Amino acid sequence: MLMINLILILLIGGVVAIFSERLGADVPRKVALAVVIIDLIYLLIALSTIPQLETLQAPVPSDPETWLMHYSVEWIPAFGIKIELALDGLSMLMVLLTLILGAVAVSASWTDIKVRQGFFEANLLWTLAGVLGVFMALDLFLFFLFWEVMLIPMYFMIAIWGHENRGYAAMKFFIFTQASGLLMLVSILALVVIHHGNTGVWTFSYFDLLSAQIAAQTAFWLMLGFFVAFVVKLPGFPFHTWLPDAHTQAPTAGSVILAGILLKTGAYGLIRFAVPLFPQASMEFAPVALWLGVAGVIYGAILAFGQTDFKRLVAYSSVSHMGFVLLGVYAWNILALQGAVMQMVAHGFSTAALFMIAGSLQERLHTRDMREMGGLWQNMPRMGAIAMFFIVASLGLPGLGNFVAEFLVLLGLFQVDRLLAVIAALGLITGAAYSLLLMQRSFQGEPDETRQLVDFGTREMLTMAVMMTALIVLGIYPQPILDISRPVVESLISFSSIVTGGSL
Amino acid sequence: MRELIGLIPLIPLLSSATLMLFAGHLSRFAIGLLGVGSVGIAAILTAKMGIDFLGNPEVFKVTLWTWMQVGTFSSDVAFYFDGLTLVMMSVITGVGFLIHLFSTEFMEEDVSYARYFAYLNMFVAAMLILVMADNLLLLYLGWEGVGVCSYLLVGFWYQNSANGYAARKAFIVTRIGDTLMALGLFLLFTELGTLDIQALGDAAKDKWQVGDSMPLIACLLILGGAVGKSAQLPLHTWLPDAMAGPTPVSALIHAATMVTAGVYLIARTHELYLFAPIAMIAVALVGLATSLMAAFTALTQHDIKRILAYSTISQIGYMFLALGVGAWTAGIFHLMTHAFFKALLFLGSGAIIHCLHHEHNIFKMGGLRTRMPVTFWSFMIGSAALAALPMTSGFFSKDQILLQAYQVDGIGPWLWFGGLVGALLTAVYSFRLVFVVFFGQVNTEPDKDTGWRMVIPLSLLCILAMMGGWIIIPVTQVFPLAVFEHPAHWVEYVSIAVPIVGVIIAYLIFLGGQLKVDVFTNSFVMQKLQQFWFSGWRIDWLYDQLLVRPYYGLARALKLEPVDNFYRLVVTISQTFNQWLSAGQSGQMRRYITSMVFGLIVLLAILVRAS
Repeated sequence: MLMINLILILLIGGVVAIFSERLGADVPRKVALAVVIIDLIYLLIALSTIPQLETLQAPVPSDPETWLMHYSVEWIPAFGIKIELALDGLSMLMVLLTLILGAVAVSASWTDIKVRQGFFEANLLWTLAGVLGVFMALDLFLFFLFWEVMLIPMYFMIAIWGHENRGYAAMKFFIFTQASGLLMLVSILALVVIHHGNTGVWTFSYFDLLSAQIAAQTAFWLMLGFFVAFVVKLPGFPFHTWLPDAHTQAPTAGSVILAGILLKTGAYGLIRFAVPLFPQASMEFAPVALWLGVAGVIYGAILAFGQTDFKRLVAYSSVSHMGFVLLGVYAWNILALQGAVMQMVAHGFSTAALFMIAGSLQERLHTRDMREMGGLWQNMPRMGAIAMFFIVASLGLPGLGNFVAEFLVLLGLFQVDRLLAVIAALGLITGAAYSLLLMQRSFQGEPDETRQLVDFGTREMLTMAVMMTALIVLGIYPQPILDISRPVVESLISFSSIVTGGSL
Repeated sequence: MRELIGLIPLIPLLSSATLMLFAGHLSRFAIGLLGVGSVGIAAILTAKMGIDFLGNPEVFKVTLWTWMQVGTFSSDVAFYFDGLTLVMMSVITGVGFLIHLFSTEFMEEDVSYARYFAYLNMFVAAMLILVMADNLLLLYLGWEGVGVCSYLLVGFWYQNSANGYAARKAFIVTRIGDTLMALGLFLLFTELGTLDIQALGDAAKDKWQVGDSMPLIACLLILGGAVGKSAQLPLHTWLPDAMAGPTPVSALIHAATMVTAGVYLIARTHELYLFAPIAMIAVALVGLATSLMAAFTALTQHDIKRILAYSTISQIGYMFLALGVGAWTAGIFHLMTHAFFKALLFLGSGAIIHCLHHEHNIFKMGGLRTRMPVTFWSFMIGSAALAALPMTSGFFSKDQILLQAYQVDGIGPWLWFGGLVGALLTAVYSFRLVFVVFFGQVNTEPDKDTGWRMVIPLSLLCILAMMGGWIIIPVTQVFPLAVFEHPAHWVEYVSIAVPIVGVIIAYLIFLGGQLKVDVFTNSFVMQKLQQFWFSGWRIDWLYDQLLVRPYYGLARALKLEPVDNFYRLVVTISQTFNQWLSAGQSGQMRRYITSMVFGLIVLLAILVRAS
């Protein structure tokens, strides 16, 4: 029930936020913050009572009883559809990340939403609910449902509260995600039908479908359906073009959620579904996926370097960073996968912070164009110093979380394919180039002394402190996080190598 | 005491964090006290460790926590302490302390006083971690950490975009080397299964043969990292521009400590290099080529800091030469003496710049001998040591390098000869600087005096630059004993004589005026050659054409996202079809009937044919 409650709290909280607007324009955001924090505390209390958390034994992917939590009730018995949720170390990390960044997102749009605040916060909470569902649903039908649920409120956030070109961006985001989602739906249905043909049982349960026997040719196409859906979301090259528009046009909270959390659902989907459901097909497809990953790393970095729009630059940096996740997943060894998980968490914090800074700049300067910035450190030293922190985090400074992630991915990739690792390592150089250029154009250079700008206040500093602390801890003491995801990653690797009779 | 070794980097780090968080609440005195005091305490603790170590030379290791452990890969936050660590820590905290003290006066009027010391303290912490790290990954943390601090301090006066450019150039050029080094780490782990420095040496003995290709590739990748950080060919171009930072920063980071990190790295991994003789020759040749290239360039510069920057590049070239010929002790020894005399020269130039309204051009100085006596003597001693005049610290270290280079089979005499040419040039350009700046007529009057916070560091560094050659560095356990036969006496005499000849030449040209070189230097060929040297052998231009411009061009060309064209095409096609089809929905009954009849006829025709 705990997992259902987590989602329900957010859904109901959204409704409360809508009605709370009648009490005043500034009430909904407080409601939203309270709801997310209550959800987070509720989760933490529940987690502290789970005995498995101490030992973190390796869950068997196909046996839900070995997971940290498992919940299952019949929903549509005729088709074997259940409300089945489960939590292992990986999904636990993602759920925690979602709730922490959810609170950050509420704080990030504390003052810049001027109309229909109640409905805005409701959409924010519903998106979070959808994301939680995605991270916990292990019935494929339910998973698909949540996959769509998180999309619609996000669409509204961009389309209603976005910037000048919001209609185009929202539509593009919707069509990309929707079209690729349909491919996944086809794959899910086909998978279920094939499983029914083999066993005579209708089921959408992940745990049953893991053992489905599928002809190699069919498996390849079904895998591709999942792959495209997840890689669009990730986003991987060449399916990334919705992202710069959506990120740039979304309101600050929307960008924070998109970059910090929504992209991770794509990565999560690859690790949880695409590879374990079709290990053999994924193994054959891995070289292509790895090249797409490398292309994303380099292409994203070059495009980021060419941008003049602050938010667009950060958006392209996400394309580059998420390329490392794709590399980590398809290198499919313990080092690279752990790196991918680390990257999901670390990139969540670093990019969310950069988008929050972008939003703060837009709110103060009414532009995102870096040609109109320069020397802002002089006007806002706190914001400048904090921007510098997240810039060096994003370019992979050792001692901060992103480095651990990229190092492990590259080290793992090097064991699999040395040439690819060498090319991907170029991303370290190109990453430095665009990151430092961002800093130069906005905060360094000649200041405009006549600008009257308000520096970060207590709320912003507190929010930033959360993310800075997270990145420092991830950077110098990542072991607790690695220990949480290790059993999951190890069992996934051994599971798929049993199926394929070798390691991927 | 040993367990407390972690405090040595921690104290400057905490001071840095305090300065960043509470900058607004601290008085200038408190800021200075924190900044200088934290490094001072680190220096005292280092001295204590050093005294213990000299009494009981026992190598030890302190593990603080497991940094990351994934699969078979594991890296600890652990410090390793031996004679080499001690030498490096002493230089960092000792010279670092003096430079911090100097800074309190140099930066006195800067509005960002706290930010300056925050960065400088952070640098000291990162540099200490670099030299204390027990594994290559932690070393890499320090390595990147000092890189970021260098970036922050070069671009310290961020209001000027040129400084920002220099800072970014410094970071990105060294990042190229860092990336090569990272690949080296991947290769080492994949081949030898560990990144622990001591374990690497043992694993190499088990798995590698001398002359294998793996050690060669690994060592060349590490060399790539080293040439980036230590500003050697072909990645040296960032250092002259890095002079945009405050001068004490140049003294600490770009002369005494960070730029020598590459030397430390190769010395630390020398057990691997023993398996790759070709890589060692590469190190020696890179060092020699760099030292000559930079010496010629230094000869033509007129910005006092650029002269010193090229001289630093050149001197580090000597250290690489030493490493390449297996004279590790001599290389580290030169690293130490160079830290003394080059910090002295940079601080001296800082004093001049401080007192001369930020003047950098040596030809606008002149006659400062009587105006700034302390600085004058600093420069005299510093330049004498730089030129390796007998009895100075630089003499002892450079002499060892040249003599050991001579011993190498085959190319040894050539390396020695190249080194001598460099030594001659060094003497000429360093005393050109002294004669132009301190003798002749006064071109610019100093407008202030150097206070005690400048005089004390200068004086102490004078003593070190003079007497530092007598220090015996405790590295006999670290490096294999060099089989050292004393070369013929004439080799030694020539080595000693050449720098003296250089000083005399400089005197005759720049002070006495007896040596008329104008006709020679004004000739067309020499003019072109001077321009070529002045521009740093046009290497910047070359990189600009080969890398920077193409990259900018590529970014511009791709800015509008070519991949999106495909999706735009899909949109265009659907819209076109949409227009066609909606054009059919005209609402005119006649048209609908016409098309229906037409369609029926076509259908009937098909049916008739089919039957």
